[in-house]
Amino acid sequence: MSFLRKSVQLFNAAKQNTRMLSGVQRSYSAGVKTVDDRYAFPGARDASFVNNLKLTMPEDYAPIPIYRVMDRDGYVLNEQEDPQLSQEVVEKMFRDMLLLSTMDKILYESQRQGRISFYMTNFGEEASHIGSAAALEMRDVIYGQYREAGVLVWRGFRIDQFIDQCYGNDDDLGRGKQMPVHYGSKELNFVTISSPLSTQIPQAVGAAYALKRKPNNDSCVVCYFGEGAASEGDAHAAFNFAATLECPVIFFCRNNGFAISTPSNEQYRGDGIAGRGPMGYGIATVRVDGTDVFAVYNAMKRAREYVLRENKPVVLEALAYRVSHHSTSDDSTAYRSAEEIEMWNTLEHPISKLKSYMVHKGWFNEKEETEFVSGVRKQVLKQIAISEKKLKPNWREMFEGVYADMPKHLLKQQRELEQHVEAHKQHYPLKSFKQ
Amino acid sequence: MKVSSLARGLLSAIKLNARCSTRSHFTYYPTKLAEGTHDVQKMNMFQAINNAMDLALEQDSSALLFGEDVGFGGVFRCSMNLRDKYGKDRVFNTPLCEQGIAGFAIGVANTGTTAIAEIQFADYIFPSFDQIVNEAAKYRYRSGGLFDCGSLTFRVPCGAVGHGALYHSQSPEAYFAHTPGLRVVIPRGPIKAKGLLLACIKDPNPCIMFEPKTLYRAAVEDVPVESYADDLGKCDILREGKDITLIGWGTQIHVLLEVADLAKKELDIDCEVIDLVSVLPWDTQTICNSANKTGRVLIAHEAPFTQGFGSELAAYIQEKCFLRLEAPIKRVTGWDTPFPHVFEPFYLPDKHRCLAALKEIINY
Repeated sequence: MSFLRKSVQLFNAAKQNTRMLSGVQRSYSAGVKTVDDRYAFPGARDASFVNNLKLTMPEDYAPIPIYRVMDRDGYVLNEQEDPQLSQEVVEKMFRDMLLLSTMDKILYESQRQGRISFYMTNFGEEASHIGSAAALEMRDVIYGQYREAGVLVWRGFRIDQFIDQCYGNDDDLGRGKQMPVHYGSKELNFVTISSPLSTQIPQAVGAAYALKRKPNNDSCVVCYFGEGAASEGDAHAAFNFAATLECPVIFFCRNNGFAISTPSNEQYRGDGIAGRGPMGYGIATVRVDGTDVFAVYNAMKRAREYVLRENKPVVLEALAYRVSHHSTSDDSTAYRSAEEIEMWNTLEHPISKLKSYMVHKGWFNEKEETEFVSGVRKQVLKQIAISEKKLKPNWREMFEGVYADMPKHLLKQQRELEQHVEAHKQHYPLKSFKQ
Repeated sequence: MKVSSLARGLLSAIKLNARCSTRSHFTYYPTKLAEGTHDVQKMNMFQAINNAMDLALEQDSSALLFGEDVGFGGVFRCSMNLRDKYGKDRVFNTPLCEQGIAGFAIGVANTGTTAIAEIQFADYIFPSFDQIVNEAAKYRYRSGGLFDCGSLTFRVPCGAVGHGALYHSQSPEAYFAHTPGLRVVIPRGPIKAKGLLLACIKDPNPCIMFEPKTLYRAAVEDVPVESYADDLGKCDILREGKDITLIGWGTQIHVLLEVADLAKKELDIDCEVIDLVSVLPWDTQTICNSANKTGRVLIAHEAPFTQGFGSELAAYIQEKCFLRLEAPIKRVTGWDTPFPHVFEPFYLPDKHRCLAALKEIINY
């Protein structure tokens, strides 16, 4: 190619680039506001100038306050903030919290006895689950982390469904494919849990965007995650996408002070997770006492109204304390004191706070509580006996659901395994599986 | 991570490439349409992709198209005019964050809404690897079919471009081919790109289409104007032959077609040239039929040798066609190095390396 021809081509390419660039510049300058008759920097249009140098320090901001409705003795502090829930609703809240806690105790023990492979309890965080779930509508979509079983309890997931999932038997909705506590329910609009932390957060944002575009949308998305998970890159992605793409999603952070053994002061140095919302991402934010079921309820109610009205996200940080060990694979006294745990398990416990409230209202009945708990105990124990006897799904299902339809190579592999198992039956636990 | 001016630089370079065939390592072989296909329009590959997305957005009023710089038309012009036509709530820019794009796309697809997500370069898909591999690919399986993200398609420019160096040249298909639950496809030109993209968008599984970016402008064909969808999981026999099977995909197909011409001319060898098209799931039957017929196989891809998708093909063919093979299967690929800048002409599995390997196989 001659030098001249090449030069002409280069020139043309450059011309096209310039055209493209000037288009971009035009679209930028269209929205420019001026400050002091000067052009504003597009990256921070509303900022003013100063002529003395000063670092903005974290201490310049007061921590976002913790909203609460009740004190630790169950007295409402500001009558105007009392959600005035009916006796019926409060009793359901209380019963659901008790149910969750009772079921947790027994399933935890059953893991210790080697009857299920793994379990994670929800002790100390019952109010976050129940209070938030109560403020939502069933059509609202839930994305969770793994410690939100109370949301499912509130929505009506049954004891047998919980336990069947933990056993991975033929009645498990998830078909025995995931570890225990990885629940999901299409019917209850609760997206199936997965182990990788935080992956659900940008997904919740995408779902919220899609919902927003539906005509007359009146449902939002709620995404739960712990304060440890909030350190993942996906949390950053989600906050930023939700703000810039204006999505009706509530980011519900369960800040319980620990990510396995890591205390929150090794997790972040800012003002918790709430501190990232307003200044960091431009998101409306609220921080609540996660042991106060009414505070969580009120905040969630308000957040829901806001995200649906504005089509914008909310960060809701519920502070609590993980009374539980992280999981059945963890002994948390290796990294925190038994006294500290005991304090949160008694004085500052969400169930005892709600109980006190009910006592003041004259709604609490000791006998009823004892009967309810012992009824749940019986039911859970009975269900364990039933669930563990149920057969697992047909092992051929291992190949199903990888794709919408089974591709040829998987059909072949399924057949190969069939032939192998047929020839070596004695080595496989066929009796435990449906045929 | 990347600078838009860099992308623009590449863009203009590609323009040059299109006109300056002496600089690229391949000669484009257009796909011929069946006789009697009338309603066609000359399009290069970015125009065909643009046309496919236009049709997809038109046919499905909920479908969304998003990614970095997608709004103004995309750094490769694939989404040109679509925002104007369908509105900025359907065709939009996201923040610069690949894991966010992938996660967001999965969430959109969880609701059953069609999501077409763009990752600006395949080299930058790795931040979204977790979302794609642990989440998208496993959604249906792990939930027992309660939830899925099947209405999701990733479009990802890939492959050598002349001077893209380490982070504007990669071909990462093998990383994804190791992930059950995904579909991975790679077009060789405009007709195929349109058909594959429309098929991926309709397919009820999460799909990744890797688009060889050097073809965006270099590849021009008469593309049918109407909507059509290719079969996924099927390869294309582009040239029938009896002496040796040449397997490739993407840009490499054009290298192999030229090699087939050279082999005929210089050696009187009849090559069967197969475009794999779908890397996952792949068309084992057609490949094995061909290998059984010719008894000789050469596989070529731009990605590095070790654990490249060629390894999977070679191992499979070896297992299934052992008695019919007359020579060891040879793989001509990129070297086991990062993709270099100034050494690109020595890195690529070009026609000379492919022809030399072909001679070795024939003379074995």
